[in-house]
Amino acid sequence: MNSRLLPLLATLVIFLAAYAVCYAQYPAMLSTRVIGNLLTDNAFLGIVAVGMTFVIISGGIDLSVGSVIAFSGVFIAVMLRDTGLHPLAVFAALLVLTTLFGAAMGGVIHYLEMPPFIVTLAGMFLARGMAYVLSIDSVPITHEFYEVLQRSYWLMPGKGRLTLIGGMMLVVFLAGIMLAHRTRFGTNVYAVGGGVQTARLMGVPVGRTTVGIYALSGFLAGLAGIVFSIYTSAGYSLATVGVELDAIAAVVIGGTLLTGGSGFVAGTLIGVLIMGLIQTYIIFDGTLSSWWTKILIGMLLFAFIVLQKGLVWTSGKRRAAGG
Amino acid sequence: MPHGDARQPLLHARGVRKIFPGTIALDGVDFSLHAGEVHALLGENGAGKSTLIKCLTGAYRRDGGDILLDGESIDPKGTLDAQAYGIGTVYQEVNLLPNLSVAENLSLGHQPTRFGMISVRAMNARAREVLSQYGLDIDVTRTLDSYSVAVQQVIAIARAVMLSGKVLILDEPTASLDAHEVKMLFDVVRSLKERGLGIVFISHFLDQIFEISDRLTVLRNGQLVGTEVTAEIDRVRLINMMLGRELEHETRAHGKLHEAAGDPRLVFSGFGRKGRIEPFDLSIHAGEVIGVAGLLGSGRTETAEVLFGVAHHDSGEARQDGAPVSLMSPRQAIKAGFGFCPEDRKTDGVIADLSVRENIALALQARIGWMRRIPDREQKAMANDYIRKLDIRTPDAEKPVGLLSGGNQQKVMLARWLVTNPSFLILDEPTRGIDVGAHAEIIRLIEELCAQGMSLLVISSELDELVAYSHRVIVVRDRRHVAELAGDQITTGNMVRAIAAPEREAVN
Repeated sequence: MNSRLLPLLATLVIFLAAYAVCYAQYPAMLSTRVIGNLLTDNAFLGIVAVGMTFVIISGGIDLSVGSVIAFSGVFIAVMLRDTGLHPLAVFAALLVLTTLFGAAMGGVIHYLEMPPFIVTLAGMFLARGMAYVLSIDSVPITHEFYEVLQRSYWLMPGKGRLTLIGGMMLVVFLAGIMLAHRTRFGTNVYAVGGGVQTARLMGVPVGRTTVGIYALSGFLAGLAGIVFSIYTSAGYSLATVGVELDAIAAVVIGGTLLTGGSGFVAGTLIGVLIMGLIQTYIIFDGTLSSWWTKILIGMLLFAFIVLQKGLVWTSGKRRAAGG
Repeated sequence: MPHGDARQPLLHARGVRKIFPGTIALDGVDFSLHAGEVHALLGENGAGKSTLIKCLTGAYRRDGGDILLDGESIDPKGTLDAQAYGIGTVYQEVNLLPNLSVAENLSLGHQPTRFGMISVRAMNARAREVLSQYGLDIDVTRTLDSYSVAVQQVIAIARAVMLSGKVLILDEPTASLDAHEVKMLFDVVRSLKERGLGIVFISHFLDQIFEISDRLTVLRNGQLVGTEVTAEIDRVRLINMMLGRELEHETRAHGKLHEAAGDPRLVFSGFGRKGRIEPFDLSIHAGEVIGVAGLLGSGRTETAEVLFGVAHHDSGEARQDGAPVSLMSPRQAIKAGFGFCPEDRKTDGVIADLSVRENIALALQARIGWMRRIPDREQKAMANDYIRKLDIRTPDAEKPVGLLSGGNQQKVMLARWLVTNPSFLILDEPTRGIDVGAHAEIIRLIEELCAQGMSLLVISSELDELVAYSHRVIVVRDRRHVAELAGDQITTGNMVRAIAAPEREAVN
């Protein structure tokens, strides 16, 4: 069996086992209502994690996405409050803005040969600062179109609701999977993650790919910002602090190698769902502090890093024995 | 066998020059390659093989000369550009992506698409078809790193041929393959030859050169030594072309007969490491220069590394002035008064970004321990002292070593060890890649040092040089010490014959 699939399988097994444990204790956990909520509550995280998956597969990191989500929320709220523009027009403007922001970071990373960590850290402060400039207070969104968006859902069998934003996350994941495995861009992302120098020698347009990766991450952060504003009906510059770290955690738990070159978008979906599941369990239990979410995610992350290290080590040893 | 000198060559390089700061890497080299020919390129490290290849593939811009492909002048601006012209290269360390599937590696950048989406089925089918031409029936959907280096090598060749298709350059392709894998690779090379490709084959395994090549070209110190038809040259002459001058009338320059006075300073008995160098015996007296001769990859550098503890020995023991001494790490070796200037000073030796002063102080500081820092003033005095003594050409002691010429870098490295006042100094190719003037100075230095009572072990592929300064010469072949020459026996002729022994035995 391909050893690259192992982290993905491990994630899947952990998810199913965790779900089984939850189900044994609270049979209601398997209802479509809970599943619907799981998707809705984690929609923005899932969308941003898809972008993060591409970034990490290419061997980079994007720390700016949490701030970009907050900026997006404030931007939308302020624009709707102060101008007569239709939300769809505001969405379009925002997506252009965040995509350009991501592309600019990618350009700096590639052309100035700066480490992604520093560049996106600067982007993180910049986006958060821009959000403060627009508004320090939480700005409510009261547009009738928002109510339409929030009310649209598909009623699943068992009375569960697949909301628009939950469905959007699933669509983004599907598109991400297609992009990763069925396009030249996707292959180029894996190629860059496998070795920049070799990729360049093999004719991969490394610069264009790097810019594209961070532009994609910026676009999806903007989309996640839209989803988050629909979810909360407000824009607040202090919101979604640390979401970039949640996204990285979801990606790693989903079986993507932090060193780049290997991983699956589908794994990230499971990673997001595992994190959501832990949260749901704590809500069901009612007595546990919500900090347990962090503790469990911390332990899971650690377990996955050890698992990946072990895989790299054994495959390295196997190669040494074979060669 | 098509040698067809009358025909127009497929690839023709004329008078190619490449100059690096302080050294001429290629000095007007001619090289021609015919379609359907395997042309071997030989030479020791630094002879200019890889520089020539890089000029042909555009990885370096040449400073002079013409490159003609099918009679038309070309000027590739990079490996991709060269590929577009039809020149593909496969390196020893496979330049493919280990994390992609075999099929993706083959088709990267040229994937078959339908409606903008990659057609995975078509991609895999094409990969299977291409590889079947090479007798390879493997699962192309698995990642490249699930296959052996030999298979990866063939995949790399398949990609290069697919994308270029006229000239294939194989740079040390067999270095990490076993005998069976080499055979498989050679089958591939022969079938490509029949398809009319011109193949440049670089290797330091002479047996393989004799087996696969039609013609061979030897480079030495950036100059063309000659191009010969492989079937018409014997091993001794070939090694002569690579290492030395003419065999005849080669006598000792100045009869350097060292009367081994008293007990040896160092005695190594049964010293060796499995897979690197067979156990050997070696004794070294004070003030003695031991030369080590052999071809690239014969075990000469390995000998130095085992002595210095870089690769720790797994057999034998060492005695210093009669007392056992442990040499399991460079630290212990330095403590015992050893010094080692490695072959590739850029990667193993000097630290390019540090100043001359810092580089010189490094080994002494390491020896006395990091807790007792050498004061700046003392470091400066020391550096200036050696800059004067060794005539290191630098504006001042604070200049980063990376900006100096090769010969001066070499002297900085020597100075670093000399400040520790070693009793035994190992020099691996001390005169590689430096100009003629600096060459003579290094040799003079070696003679001075041994006159002062230092023992030296000098590895060199310049046999004339070894003749000039060695008291004894050890000849290394196939990771074994095969001969020890002393006194009048030390001639380039004897060395070449010892290096070439297998064929000589067959002839006699």
